Amino acid sequence: MPNGAQPVLDVQGLKTVFKIRGGEVHAVNDVSFDLRAGELLGVVGESGSGKSVTMMSLLGLLPTPPADVRDGTVTFQGQDLLKVDAETLRGVRGGKIGFVFQDPMTSLNPVYNVGMQIMEPLRKHMGMNKKQATVRAKELLELVGIPDAERRLKDYPHQFSGGMRQRVMIAIALACDPQVLIADEPTTALDVTIQAQILELMKDLQERLGMAVIWITHDLGVVAGIADRVLVMYGGQIVEQAPTRELFRDPQHPYTRALLKTVPRVTGGREERLAIIEGQPPILGEQPTACPFRDRCDVAFDMCAKQNPPRFDVGNGHDAACFYDARTGGPRNA
Amino acid sequence: MLTYTIRRLFTAIPTLIFISLIIFLLLDMAPGDPTASLPLTIPPEVREQIRQSLGMGEPVHIRYLLWLKQMVWSEPMFYLSQSVSWIDTPDAARLISWQTRAPVLDTVFERIPQTLMVVGLAYVVGVLIALPIGVISAYRQYSVFDQAGTFVSMIGFSIPPFFSGVLMIILFTVMMPNDSFWWFPSIYDTTLVVDSWENFGKQVRQMVLPVMVLALQTTAQISRFMRASMLDNLNQDYVRTARAKGMTESVVVLKHVLRNSMIPVITVIALGIPAIFGGAIITEQIFKVNGIGQLLIVSIQGSDVPMVQTLTFIFAVLIVFFNLIADILYGILDPRIRYD
Repeated sequence: MPNGAQPVLDVQGLKTVFKIRGGEVHAVNDVSFDLRAGELLGVVGESGSGKSVTMMSLLGLLPTPPADVRDGTVTFQGQDLLKVDAETLRGVRGGKIGFVFQDPMTSLNPVYNVGMQIMEPLRKHMGMNKKQATVRAKELLELVGIPDAERRLKDYPHQFSGGMRQRVMIAIALACDPQVLIADEPTTALDVTIQAQILELMKDLQERLGMAVIWITHDLGVVAGIADRVLVMYGGQIVEQAPTRELFRDPQHPYTRALLKTVPRVTGGREERLAIIEGQPPILGEQPTACPFRDRCDVAFDMCAKQNPPRFDVGNGHDAACFYDARTGGPRNA
Repeated sequence: MLTYTIRRLFTAIPTLIFISLIIFLLLDMAPGDPTASLPLTIPPEVREQIRQSLGMGEPVHIRYLLWLKQMVWSEPMFYLSQSVSWIDTPDAARLISWQTRAPVLDTVFERIPQTLMVVGLAYVVGVLIALPIGVISAYRQYSVFDQAGTFVSMIGFSIPPFFSGVLMIILFTVMMPNDSFWWFPSIYDTTLVVDSWENFGKQVRQMVLPVMVLALQTTAQISRFMRASMLDNLNQDYVRTARAKGMTESVVVLKHVLRNSMIPVITVIALGIPAIFGGAIITEQIFKVNGIGQLLIVSIQGSDVPMVQTLTFIFAVLIVFFNLIADILYGILDPRIRYD
């Protein structure tokens, strides 16, 4: 694992707010993380925990209004992506940072053939002419494992199956040799066998091309299988961050522990009911002043209602935003 | 696509024959007498002779078949013989208007240019204004521009041309001083021949008011369609994909979103074209444009069955034809639709 490598992407204090009728929703609160070169970073959390919004904020892909990226810095190649002009940002999008979205059925434009859609970023960012772009597009389709690539370039998205469309999406994201690939639940809309194929493909491509990948998912099994390091998000903030092995061995945040309990096991008895986490994730109307998880937490105490816990370092590159110390079974003395 | 088009053209033939039969029977059942507008001093037996000479003594199916033969065989052969030398002029009688005694189709072809010029231009102007308004309104939803566009199309939808036309005449012809640049004639002069720049200017000026009135309606309808269709597409996932690829906003909107949004709108535009040939009956009447719409009204009033029958049949042909055009355009714009 490329530990200690130079971060390619450094996010500090990111805050994104959605303006809605009669108020605001604080979707991302003070999120800080870094992404190291060649690393596969898993981001897990429930629906509405701010995973996708965080990643889209990085590249300004959220519609404004209603979204407003209010604070923070996103350092990529010495530039703050939140401050650069629109043209520079467009050069980064698709050129240096690729994006794969959740639903391959709707993420491709139905009226243009896939060749044109793959060639678009090539011609814009790499300055290729039509001929060069066609050659490269064919290579890309072969790279993502689409047979008969040359002929398939002329096909339209509706002529591809779901898994094949997601491969096309990956080919588009990889088109300009990006340093970073952000995959927003790329396997959620696919069935399990196709999921496994896409996972394998991504892991293989990441190793071959040496890029850093951010993989958003709500599937802990996926994270365990491919990620080097994991961020756990809840209520728009990062509640725990650790190398994958460390996280599964010694989860520190009660939310992570609860999440791990909800994963059904293949082995063992069937008499137990599937564990659930009671309640709903919060919708934050303002900057949280207390721990957002305390209402659903089984170890919460008075401190949790008074202050929003910062992320405490617990060693081994592991940190957790919780006042309760799972190792001692009491309040953390920080 | 080609086989589909040919198949559609062939299936259109029985449809059109059926439509023409229905029109013929309806007109036959309608009250009215072609001799009713003749002077009362004509004795009844002469009147009867006139009726017989118009072919009204024959049973209805014979009259229908004769009309059909003239419409689909004699008349096309006549026009063909006029344009190429190696076909002799057929000796069959031409389809004659009961009112004017002139060949029906000659009259129709005389009137079509005026209608096309005024109503057709109004449609083109209306569509060309409506499309950008729809695109910008959707892209800047709830902006001042969008609000203004919504207001204007509300006016266009709710004010009928018989009101807005008269209002225009009062504003720009009656109340405006005669020497002002903003004065426009309220009567369309069909006899004006465009042979100089001065006459060209006159022609443009006399078209302004009817075109404005009609374009307002078209703009109101098409811009609403365009806006709704754009809004549907702007929130689609593929738009986000295009942005994530680093495409500029103009590429995102004018290439990715526009083509998808045009699919339903193009159908509406194509289906509106037959209505141009139908003329704007009321507007032509208000501005005295000597077009098809006016011809239809006068023929109905004069119980001129051949003229009404022929005009209605031409409209039917155009509607069937532009339905086909709309379907073909649909297939061209949307690769998911394949007719073969």
